[in-house]
Amino acid sequence: MSMIATDTVSPQTYQLRPEDCPDFAAGAAILGTGGGGDPHIGMLMAQAALDKHGPADLVRLEDVPDDAVVIPVAMMGAPTVMVEKLASAEQFVESIRAIAKYLGVEPTHIACMEAGGVNSMIPMAAAAELGLPLIDADGMGRAFPELQMVLATLSGVQAAPMSISDEKGNSIVLETVSNKWAERLARTATVEMGCSTIVSLYAMTGEQVKSAFVPGTLSLCRELGECISYSRHHAGSAKDAVVSRLGAVQIAEGKISDVERRTTSGFARGRAELRTAEGPVEIEFQNENLLVRRGDEVVATTPDLIIGLDTDTGEAVTTEQLRFGTRISLIVAPADERWHSEGGLELAGPRYFGYDTDPVRPIEFSQ
Amino acid sequence: MRIGIDVGGTNTDAVALDGTTVLASVKQTTSEDVTTGIVRALQSLRAQHDFGPGEVEAIMLGTTHFINALVEGRDLAPTASLRLGLPATASLPPMVGWPERLTTATRGQSYLAHGGHEFDGQEISPLQPDEIRGIAQDMAAAGTRSIAISSVFSPINDEFEENAAEIIRAELGQDIAVSLSHEIGRVGLLERENATIINAALRELADKIIGRLVEVIHAEGYSCPLFLSQNDGTLMDVEYAQKYPVATFASGPTNSMRGAAITSGLETCAVVDVGGTTSDVGVLTNGFPREATTVVDVAGVRTNFRMPDVLSLGIGGGSVVGDGIIGPASVGYRLTSESLVFGGSTLTATDIAVAAGLVDLGDASAVAHLDRGMVNAMVDQIGTRVADTVERMRTSSAPLPVVAVGGGSVILPKALPGLGEIHLPRNSGVANAIGAAIAQVSGEVDKVYSLATRSRSSVIDEAKAEAIEKAIVAGASAENVEVVEFDEFPIPYLPGNATRIRAKAVGDLGIKEMAR
Repeated sequence: MSMIATDTVSPQTYQLRPEDCPDFAAGAAILGTGGGGDPHIGMLMAQAALDKHGPADLVRLEDVPDDAVVIPVAMMGAPTVMVEKLASAEQFVESIRAIAKYLGVEPTHIACMEAGGVNSMIPMAAAAELGLPLIDADGMGRAFPELQMVLATLSGVQAAPMSISDEKGNSIVLETVSNKWAERLARTATVEMGCSTIVSLYAMTGEQVKSAFVPGTLSLCRELGECISYSRHHAGSAKDAVVSRLGAVQIAEGKISDVERRTTSGFARGRAELRTAEGPVEIEFQNENLLVRRGDEVVATTPDLIIGLDTDTGEAVTTEQLRFGTRISLIVAPADERWHSEGGLELAGPRYFGYDTDPVRPIEFSQ
Repeated sequence: MRIGIDVGGTNTDAVALDGTTVLASVKQTTSEDVTTGIVRALQSLRAQHDFGPGEVEAIMLGTTHFINALVEGRDLAPTASLRLGLPATASLPPMVGWPERLTTATRGQSYLAHGGHEFDGQEISPLQPDEIRGIAQDMAAAGTRSIAISSVFSPINDEFEENAAEIIRAELGQDIAVSLSHEIGRVGLLERENATIINAALRELADKIIGRLVEVIHAEGYSCPLFLSQNDGTLMDVEYAQKYPVATFASGPTNSMRGAAITSGLETCAVVDVGGTTSDVGVLTNGFPREATTVVDVAGVRTNFRMPDVLSLGIGGGSVVGDGIIGPASVGYRLTSESLVFGGSTLTATDIAVAAGLVDLGDASAVAHLDRGMVNAMVDQIGTRVADTVERMRTSSAPLPVVAVGGGSVILPKALPGLGEIHLPRNSGVANAIGAAIAQVSGEVDKVYSLATRSRSSVIDEAKAEAIEKAIVAGASAENVEVVEFDEFPIPYLPGNATRIRAKAVGDLGIKEMAR
C-alpha cells in the first residue's frame, strides 16, 4: 500500500526559457507536416517575450484544475505577411484581453491550438507577457489550415466568441453559429486587417481542455528538437530518433524528382514526386502534406502526419523547400485517434480536402 | 582588352583578357590594404604581356574584403537602424538575435517609428516627419555615421523609406550615409533589415577602400572605368559599389563559377571548385549561378541577400587521409611541407592523386609504397562523394556536365560515377579573375502583385520591362539586354491571387556608351 497521497505530489512544471526556444521550433516544424508556417519568426517573438518578462511555466495538461479559465491564442493569416508585418508589442495581450473582457472572465492559463509550425510559439510569447502558465498540449497534435480543424470541434466546444486583433489596436469579437462560420468570418476580417492577425478562440474550462486537447505536444516539440540538435553536434542524422519518438513508420526514402505548384483559393497546392529504389512515390500537398501514392495505390493520408525529413539531418522539410534533388525520408506518424473517428474524418479526412478516397494508414498502425 | 582581378583572403589573382582569350595571368599575395596587392598584380600583368594602360577598356574587380571585415567585426561604422512600421513590428526590434560582437562593433542603435505599408500597398500608419526629425537628432547625438532604413513591405511600396531618407538628410546633411532596405533585400522584414544594417555598417570602409582603389588605378595611368563584381556575377560601377558593399559578399565563388563556364565553354554545368580544405559545388544555368532560395547566415546574422547556391564538402587537396576516410581535417596551406610527396609525414588527398597517377607532383617515389587497393578505394571515395554532392545540386534529370576548377582539382578522378567525364579547363587556377573580367550588367525586380484586377500577362510584361530598364540604367547595352531569369511564386492565404514575381535582365556592358 502506497503511503504517498497523490495530492501531495507537486505538479511537474517545466520552466520555459529563451534558450529552449530553438529546440521547440525545430520540433514544431516537424509537427507542421510540411506547412504550419515557419516557426522561426514565432521563436524570435517567444524569445523576446521570455527575455523581457522572465521564464513562463509549462504545466502538464493533467495538472490543470477543472475550473481553470483557459484562453488559446494563435496567429492567423498569410505566412508571407507574418514575416514582413511583424506583430505589435501588445497584439497578443490585446487579443486575449478582448475575449476575456467580452466573457467577463480572468484567464488563468494560456493554451496552444496548433503545435505544428509558427503557432506553437505564439502562445509562449503570450504566456510570458501575461505572466500566465502555458498548458503543455495543443488542439490538434499537428498543423491544419482552418480554425475549425481542432479536436475541440468534435467535443462540441465553440470557437466563438472569438477575438481578432490587428497591430493597429483594432479588435473584433465574433459570435458565430458554427466553427466553420468562425473560420469564414475570421478569415475575411483578417484579410481586411492586413492579412496577419492574432486570434483568441475556443475559450474553455480546465475540464474541457483536458478532454479536447492532445497532451504533451509542446514537450514533444522540444524533445524532437533536442534529437535534431544532438545529432547536429555529433554530425549524424536525427531521422531514426524522430521516427522512434513519434511512433512513426518510414514509407519511402529517395530524391525529389519533380515538384509542381499552383495556388487556388488561397491554398498552396501541389504535388511532389519522390524517386525511390522501390519506384516513384507521389506526395500531394495543400500547405500541409495530405496524401501519398505509390504508383496508383494510396499508401498514406491525412489526418495522419505525413512528414518529409531531410535524410541527412532529420530536420523537417517544408513543402516550400521541396525542390528537385532534395533527399527526403518520408515518414508517417499516427494522428491522435480521435481524428480517425467519423467526425474527425469529416473535419480533416482526405475527402474534406477533395481526395476521393477513404483514409489509408500504414499497416503497422493497426497492429 | 579587359582586366579581371579577384582579391581573396590569401591571393590576389589577375588576368588580362582579349575577348575570352587570356593574354596574361598572375597570382600575388593579398596585401593588408588591398590596393598595394592590386597595383603589384597590374604591374606583373604588364611585365608578362606588354600593353599600355590606354588599351584597357575596363577593369573588373571581385573582392571578399567587405565580407571579411564583417566576419572579423573590424572597420565598421557607428550605425543606426530606423524601422518604419509602428504600431506593427514592435514585438521584435531591429538587430534582434545579432551576435553581441557585431552589435558592439557597429555600436548599433535601433529606432522604431510610424509608417510602413500593408501587402496591398495601403499605409499601416502615415509617416510622421517630426518623429523622424527627433530620431535623426538623437542619432547624431549618439555619434551615428551611417543609417539603415527599413519600412514594412517596402519591396511593394518604397515611398516611406525614400521620404524618411530625405528628412534625415535635411536634418543631418546630404553627406550622411543612408541605406534603404528595398534596394537591398526582398520580402521578409528582419532578414532584409539585417542585410541593410550590414550594408550601412560597411559604407565608410567601402568609401575609403574603393575611393583609394580608383586613385591608385588612375595613378598607374589607367583612365578606363572600374567595376566591381556582385554576388550574382554581374557588375556594378564604383559609385554603386560604394553605396552597396554587401553586393560583393559572394562575388568570390560566383566569379570562380562563371570563369569555369567561360574557360570550359559550358554555359550550363555543375562547377566543383576544389581548394585546400573544402570543395564548393555550384550550378550554372546559362552562365549564371543558381541562387539560394533560403535564408543566408552571414557572420551569425540572418539575411536574405541573393547569394549563389553553393554546397561545400570537406574534401580538398590538403585533406588528411586516415582510417579509410578522406577529410574533413586538412593540412591546408602546409600541403607543400606536410604531405608525403613534399617530404612530410601526413598522407593527404594530393598524395593519393600522385600515387594513382592522376597528377605528377613532388616526389612520386614517396608514395610508391602505398597499397594499390587502398589508393584506388580512396580515389573512388573522392569520386563518389563529389558526385553525390553534384547530384544534390541538380534541378532536373537532364544531363549536367561537370567542370572542375581551383588549385586542388588535381585530386579529382577523370570521371564521376553517373555524371561522366570531368572537364578541366585551361587557366582554371585563375578562373575567378576570368569570371570577374567577363561579367555583364543586370537589373532585377522582385515584387508581390495582385492578380485580382489585372491580367497575369500584363503583370509579367510590366515586371520584365522594369528589369530591362534597371539593367540599362546600371550600364547594360540596350542592344543586347534580355530577361534571363523569371520566377513566379503564388502566395498562399492572400486574397486576390497574389503572386510574387522575380525577373532579372542581363546585358553586355555598354563600355563605349559609358566612356568617361
